[in-house]
Amino acid sequence: MNKMLNQSQKLNPKLWDKDIEQVPIRNGFGEGLLQAGEKNKNVVGLCADLTESTQMHLFKNKFSERFIELGVAEQNLASVASGMAAMGKIPFISSYAMFSPGRNWEQIRTTICYNNRHVVIAGSHAGVSVGPDGGTHQAVEDIAITRVIPRMTVISPCDYIEARKATIAAAELGGPVYIRLAREKTPVITTDETPFEVGKAQLCYGGVASVADVGIISTGALVYKALKVAEQLKSENISVKVLNISTIKPLDVEAIVNLAKTTGAIVTVEEHQISGGLGSAVAEVTTQGNPVPIEFVGVRDLFGQSGTPDELLEHYGMGESHIWASCKKVIGRK
Amino acid sequence: MRVLKNNMLNNLTDEKIKFLEEKANDIRISIIEMLVTAGSGHSAGPLGMADIFTAFYFHILRHDQKNPEWPERDRLVLSNGHICPVLYATMAHSGYFPVEELLTLRKFKSRLQGHPHRDYLPMLETSSGPLGSGLSQAVGMALADRMDNGVSGNKFFYCMMSDGELDSGQSWEAIMLAGKEKLGKLIAIVDRNNIQIDGYTENIMPLEPLSHKFESFNWHVEEIDGHNFAEIVSAVGRAQAVFDGPSVIIARTIPGKGVSFMERDYKWHGSPPGTEITGEPSKDEQAKIALHELRTLGGQIKSEHE
Repeated sequence: MNKMLNQSQKLNPKLWDKDIEQVPIRNGFGEGLLQAGEKNKNVVGLCADLTESTQMHLFKNKFSERFIELGVAEQNLASVASGMAAMGKIPFISSYAMFSPGRNWEQIRTTICYNNRHVVIAGSHAGVSVGPDGGTHQAVEDIAITRVIPRMTVISPCDYIEARKATIAAAELGGPVYIRLAREKTPVITTDETPFEVGKAQLCYGGVASVADVGIISTGALVYKALKVAEQLKSENISVKVLNISTIKPLDVEAIVNLAKTTGAIVTVEEHQISGGLGSAVAEVTTQGNPVPIEFVGVRDLFGQSGTPDELLEHYGMGESHIWASCKKVIGRK
Repeated sequence: MRVLKNNMLNNLTDEKIKFLEEKANDIRISIIEMLVTAGSGHSAGPLGMADIFTAFYFHILRHDQKNPEWPERDRLVLSNGHICPVLYATMAHSGYFPVEELLTLRKFKSRLQGHPHRDYLPMLETSSGPLGSGLSQAVGMALADRMDNGVSGNKFFYCMMSDGELDSGQSWEAIMLAGKEKLGKLIAIVDRNNIQIDGYTENIMPLEPLSHKFESFNWHVEEIDGHNFAEIVSAVGRAQAVFDGPSVIIARTIPGKGVSFMERDYKWHGSPPGTEITGEPSKDEQAKIALHELRTLGGQIKSEHE
């Protein structure tokens, strides 16, 4: 067991194994929604012709009377959910992130958030790792457009277990929630025992109070790559702390400011445009709480394209080598 | 609290029609006073829909002004939020809040926001303004109620819509879903006044044959004179009697109804009295003329305020 891993996080003991179990993050949403539905009869599922692809079919198969198929109509999806929430239901709506919250952003803002309705928006197929479908289907703007809306909670799980916990937790929150999901198989880095709380960041690598040369703040599937880079840097005698931001809004300001204070240099890592996403959110709080140099790993004002997930992550500068180089660079800026 | 069992919609007596006509006129006067005090807002739509809102809040709706959150109430969703002066005025006159409060329309910290906002006035069923979203919400409400109470629940779900907002694709997404789901408790009322901000609807984006469009989406269609209380109430009654699908009442209304210089003129869609418009009465005279016409019912009676 690696000593640098934060033991209180109870991460997957096989984290460093080559054959680490890989499961799509969206599967956690499907399982979580099924459990939330079993727990609370007010939970309902609405989908826009992507029921299996977003894993809502698990809920549909068990609770067909609480499932509504709306066809390819994402604007209607958001507002019908608002109306159901007004009657006391807890609607979960699912589609690809590009279409919901992409296409239906105004309906989400006005009919869900402005109305303060408890609707959970699950956006699957976020990030360039969608792969061969190409740029139209790769949402790399969804964090920016959701976190900017008042009242919205934004959750971006790092693996399918965290996605399951986030989905169950979202059913018990009030107000609007966005959950960002990825299509591809993703290494499972957490366990059932890993603590999860909406609004709390998890320090996965390094000690909470200890100092380090650099802090990596990541979200979603790239947390795994961030951990691998931390391990690589350790072998180069560079100490690293890795913070998993599963809730992008409300942001765990205390954990981020503490990371800035104990490392003095930060690298943010996300499968999203660097403008408006996690990196921007981190910069917003560190500039006020404890200004330190930051390097941003993410998509730089470009659209995606077809390719394998790995080819695309490398091409758009989100591979392990890019995270490594950003860490070296930011340490040099101290 | 209303008795749940007998929720039949009664036909109107002559006395009730007279009462409703007088109420609608009072509501039109309030609308003009609100818009003049606010200095901005929409005139034509609110005046045109005053009769329909009066019929709903004083006869059709099962609601309780003293208990706005009564769970068994009918739901009335205003989709075209810009005609909210008529919603606010009708709610005030029916006892939801003091009529004097109407003069706070569009003012800082007012409960009567320029477009309806539930944060400020929680007794509203929804916040609205961006067009084309209200019917979706009413569909969602009706779907939720059917999950809980089956097809023979007590509540009706009414959605007030404009004709102009039928330009938006989302309206048709909702129309399609309501037809698929056979929502017999859903009744949409389209304010068919043929105007929108940029001009007459059939020039901006033709909607006709509108009734055929709804029918082809498996809706039951009623077409009425939106200023005739007997027609309004009997059309709603027939729509309520349609069990296995949604209904739409296409209400032909005269925009600006009751104020001669505003009637049928799209230029009054988004302007309050006191707006300089070529060919209209001088802006200083507009409110005076409008109030005089309403108070005298177009010269039929002498105003007691003059």
